[in-house]
Amino acid sequence: MGYSNFLFLKEELSLIAMIIILLVYDLFGSKKSLNYFHPVACILFLAHTLFNFFPTGSIEAFGGMYIDSPIGDVVKTILNVGTLLILMQTSNWINSENMLIRRGEFYIILFTSLLGMYFMISAGNFLLFFIGIETASIPMALLSAYDKYKHESAEAGAKYILTATFASGLSLYGISLIYGTVGTLYFADLPAGIDGSPLQLMAFGFFVVGLFFKISLVPFHQWTADVYQGAPTSVTAYFSVISKGAGAFVLMNILCKIFSNLVTEWQSVLYVIIIATITIANLFAIRQHNLKRFLAYSSISQAGYIMLGVISGSAMGMTSLVYYILVYMVSNLAAFGVIGIIEQRTGKLTVNDYNGLYTTNPRLSFVMMLALFSLAGIPPFAGFFSKFFIFAAAAQQGFYVLVFIALLNTIISLYYYLLIVKAMFINKNDNPIEPVKSDIYTRISLIVCSAGIITIGLISAIYENIEVFSFGV
Amino acid sequence: MNFLSLFVLIPILMLCGLILSGNMKQIRWICATGASLLLILATILSVMYLGERNAGNTAPMVFTASSVWYAPFNIHYSVGVDGVSVSMLLLSAIIVFTGIFVSWKIESMPKEYFMWFCLLSIGVFGFFISTDLFTMFMYYEIALIPMYLLIGIWGTGKKEYAAMKLTLMLMGGSALLLISILGIYFSSGASSMNILEIAQQQIPYSLQRWFFPLTFIGFGVLGALFPFHTWSPDGHASAPTAVSMLHAGVLMKLGGYGCFRVAIFLMPEAAQELSWIFLLLTGISVVYGAYSAIVQTDLKYINAYSSVSHCGLVLFAILMLNQTAMTGAVMQMLSHGLMTALFFALIGMIYGRTHTRDIREMGGLMKIMPFLAVCYVIAGLASLGLPGLSGFVAEMTIFVGSFQHADTFHRVMTIIACTSIVITAVYILRVVGKLLYGNIVNEHHRKLTDAVWYERFAVIVLIIAIAGIGLAPLWISDMIHNSIDSLWPF
Repeated sequence: MGYSNFLFLKEELSLIAMIIILLVYDLFGSKKSLNYFHPVACILFLAHTLFNFFPTGSIEAFGGMYIDSPIGDVVKTILNVGTLLILMQTSNWINSENMLIRRGEFYIILFTSLLGMYFMISAGNFLLFFIGIETASIPMALLSAYDKYKHESAEAGAKYILTATFASGLSLYGISLIYGTVGTLYFADLPAGIDGSPLQLMAFGFFVVGLFFKISLVPFHQWTADVYQGAPTSVTAYFSVISKGAGAFVLMNILCKIFSNLVTEWQSVLYVIIIATITIANLFAIRQHNLKRFLAYSSISQAGYIMLGVISGSAMGMTSLVYYILVYMVSNLAAFGVIGIIEQRTGKLTVNDYNGLYTTNPRLSFVMMLALFSLAGIPPFAGFFSKFFIFAAAAQQGFYVLVFIALLNTIISLYYYLLIVKAMFINKNDNPIEPVKSDIYTRISLIVCSAGIITIGLISAIYENIEVFSFGV
Repeated sequence: MNFLSLFVLIPILMLCGLILSGNMKQIRWICATGASLLLILATILSVMYLGERNAGNTAPMVFTASSVWYAPFNIHYSVGVDGVSVSMLLLSAIIVFTGIFVSWKIESMPKEYFMWFCLLSIGVFGFFISTDLFTMFMYYEIALIPMYLLIGIWGTGKKEYAAMKLTLMLMGGSALLLISILGIYFSSGASSMNILEIAQQQIPYSLQRWFFPLTFIGFGVLGALFPFHTWSPDGHASAPTAVSMLHAGVLMKLGGYGCFRVAIFLMPEAAQELSWIFLLLTGISVVYGAYSAIVQTDLKYINAYSSVSHCGLVLFAILMLNQTAMTGAVMQMLSHGLMTALFFALIGMIYGRTHTRDIREMGGLMKIMPFLAVCYVIAGLASLGLPGLSGFVAEMTIFVGSFQHADTFHRVMTIIACTSIVITAVYILRVVGKLLYGNIVNEHHRKLTDAVWYERFAVIVLIIAIAGIGLAPLWISDMIHNSIDSLWPF
């Protein structure tokens, strides 16, 4: 093994380089130069995103420990874009008075967590995979506790670290049992050894439960609402989009690659989980007044829809899943961007506060409406296309009843998304939220998100380009 | 690019124009120009279509064009029209045109109002020109969602409840549609989403019997199929005038058109097998809607229930599965679209003056606003099927067609449906007598004025269309009949 193997880790290396640059800058930069910390971080990350924008060929490095697949590169690019948008939305919060002292760390922790996800996606061995999961989730606990003087934020951090460790523990136990039965941890050698013995089924169960925790599928979703509510809004956005997207893709990747012999088993497990996730999350979402909690439940149910791509286990399913993650990302980030800026400026966060928002903040309400319609799957917005494709992928494999239940659930979800639209556009309010002036970063990110919501569905090239790299069981 | 795409492009341009527009004058100018262009385009299309047919073109769809959109799913952006869609496009163009004039003086948030109105038009026109299942479905949903805000913001009465109910029920219907579209696509060999090509394929009967009811109910919800019609009275009563017009006049026709185009034509075996269930349901719609209209006191509710009855008749005729009745169904769609739009326009104008829609609080309007009152009588007469107006032609064709079935079940159903004509006469004449010819109930009403120019204009356009179909129905019924003939799957 030569050191040249390191060169294959293009994305990871450029991210690590960026982390080191920012670390040095934060440590040694003069007080005046640190004023430019946020723009510098954004530009660096933009450069990193562009540098790694196009997928490279399929590569195996370090004897199969690290596998870089083109579809993984696509997902990494999507995560990069999402992180960049989140980064831009944080500018207001991170540059506020009491944040200045721990501003630099925020970026470094955020990027470290992203690095962990890269390794999750590109792992070719369960060991590296587990390190990736941990590198991704421990920084997220830090991030959720970032508003440390806020009671809820500290609570969110504690809750997250406890559940995340527990979930990782379960996964690790599953991995160890798999190692016990097969005798290898390399993804390339594992499928041959997976024969569905009872012990392996148990190992498989433990392993996926750990991942279900990360993606917050019912019944492993209890931490979600509290953590989403307590964490700073940008961090919540990161949780709901980046972490969930990476988790969902990794789940499909591993199920299709390693557990392809157990396809009927995991399909029946997912069948139940999907129905429970979509239905329960939707019913809970109706009752939420706090918008962050509301979006937490909405994102749980969206995760259920994403799982429809996984259950199909086909190349079409994987394409639809990656596409869904992309669409869900722009839609959800638009919603979080609006919520974040309004919370930052006025501190208001409940549905009732949003009554009459359109009279004072027409643009923000409009963006929010686009986001909600897209999440609800209404054409011509992107969400309609992603939902249609993911349903088609599941229906192609004959899961008509499941698709039907999911479709009925879209009606429930439409109801609660419309409640917010109703608050903004229809309800009257004597003292609505005063006109909010958003900073340039947030504005750009909202424009990008809105443009994405409107155009992603209409441009078929995006879907077709993802399709080229997809694979199934 | 095919010129049919202009039907979608013009509303999109109107939408963009409205976003940039500044004042009321510009808004009106954009809307009036766009709507006139659409009307002209629809007229040209009819003439060209007739020309094409006279020249001997016998393809099921003409002016077709298709370009690949999503290759992995065989989704094409494909357009094409036959006689049925041409008549529906003409209807939509007339209603959109008059709708703009009826809402000429809208006060609160005119820009947003017309923007949603344009989005609605995009959906409606797009639906009628599409021949691809996916794009059809997409346009169908585009047409549904603006209703929520149009009713919720500009509506009256229980508007929030009505808007939510309408949206959720219609979206529920479209959920059924989506699953059946996927089912049709995958079971027909998954090689095309184009309805003309799917019609060539044989969908296995074991699947048809699942997907036919789903499709029929899915579209039927929008066509006010009993027991899924409950959104319609509340929705129509709460909506602002132009939206009621467009919704009852055009949007409900999407339901009938979809049942006809997708449910019946793609799955004929199941349609033959299962039509009796839906015939019973539509029979109930027809009679029950008419009876409900009798006891209402709110003008809009009367008309909304009357719509349930008339649209029920559309689905009823479609389910008769013969060419005559089917032609009648499309004629009824046209006729009902025009006259219900006229009704809602007049009710809106009366409400705008008297500020009540309760017939008990009004009377003697014939003396106060003769123009509106006379027009109301004309609309009423069209509704109860007076010869010379469109309603007669349509209902006559439907009942002649339905009576061609010789078996007892169809005969009995036809007779039951026929009784709705009598019941319609009851509620129409009751309103006309009370509202227009009775004594003046409220002395304040004496000071009210008659219609102004833009109102007169809209109303007259509609009346001309109604009388036109009533007096010279042959060209349009031939056009429809020939198209149904050329696609006939049985």
